[in-house]
Amino acid sequence: MADKKWMPRWFYQLASPRWCYDITGKLLPFFAIAAVVMLVAGAVWALVFAPADYQQGNSFRIIYIHVPASILAQSCYMLMAVAGAIGLIWKMKVADMVAKSCAPIGATIAILSLATGAIWGKPTWGSWWVWDARLTSMLILFFLYLGIIALNSAIENAQTAAQSTAVLALVGLVNIPIIKYSVDWWNTLHQPATFTLTERPAMPSEMWVPLLVMVIGFYCFFAVAMMLRLRNEIIQRERRSSWVRDLITG
Amino acid sequence: MSFESFAEFIDMGGHGLYVWLSYAIALVVIVSNIVNPLMHKRQIFIEQARRLRREKPKS
Repeated sequence: MADKKWMPRWFYQLASPRWCYDITGKLLPFFAIAAVVMLVAGAVWALVFAPADYQQGNSFRIIYIHVPASILAQSCYMLMAVAGAIGLIWKMKVADMVAKSCAPIGATIAILSLATGAIWGKPTWGSWWVWDARLTSMLILFFLYLGIIALNSAIENAQTAAQSTAVLALVGLVNIPIIKYSVDWWNTLHQPATFTLTERPAMPSEMWVPLLVMVIGFYCFFAVAMMLRLRNEIIQRERRSSWVRDLITG
Repeated sequence: MSFESFAEFIDMGGHGLYVWLSYAIALVVIVSNIVNPLMHKRQIFIEQARRLRREKPKS
């Protein structure tokens, strides 16, 4: 790490595995409760109270899984790439561990996005899969996750593994804007984004409010899953240190 | 409420299979992402405790 401390203090605290282990331990229950409340309330709202779509009928309710999963799969990738870059630049071990923890979660969320998309496509488009720009770029995202997991587990040395996967993750980052703009750049069956920062959603509020609840719920779930994996990673890598020894024997 | 009866709710206007399958997969993905690391943590603690007992110098 650089000698001059020009970053805020919390940045250096984050670099301490022990501090991270303690703080995630304190944060976990809040995120866990928020995730359960949001996901249960959101799912009941989505399935029972939200109105059916006038064109798609009740198959429209798949949106409440599909959109949050798709957003989360991309956010998770961005976090993984940024954490990997921080690990490369500042040699921060915790950042490497965050990046490593993101990959398996992101891969399963990408599967969820693809699977619910296929299930929704069948009654809506009449086909499980089409080789459309949005679907293909999302499939590439899934393969990127798989590649990153494989590369990370193929390299024995933890630091070399982290560096190689960080580079791969950064190269793959080019796919994220492709996914986002695929619906504008190419002719596609896929409908455009539901949420944008600049405009109100095209659907009525009885439809998009539960969707927003589900999106936030998915983010809280991700925070829990990521922190659990991060803590495991910290204990494993710091197993020789005295505080982990005390944690295990104590 | 958008449904008149429970049967109608399960049927989802003929799209029941699609809707319920999506929500079931979501449940599996979410639960497995929580249960997996928790079981891994247990395993790490057991292994490390065993290692510490083994490495403890005999007095």
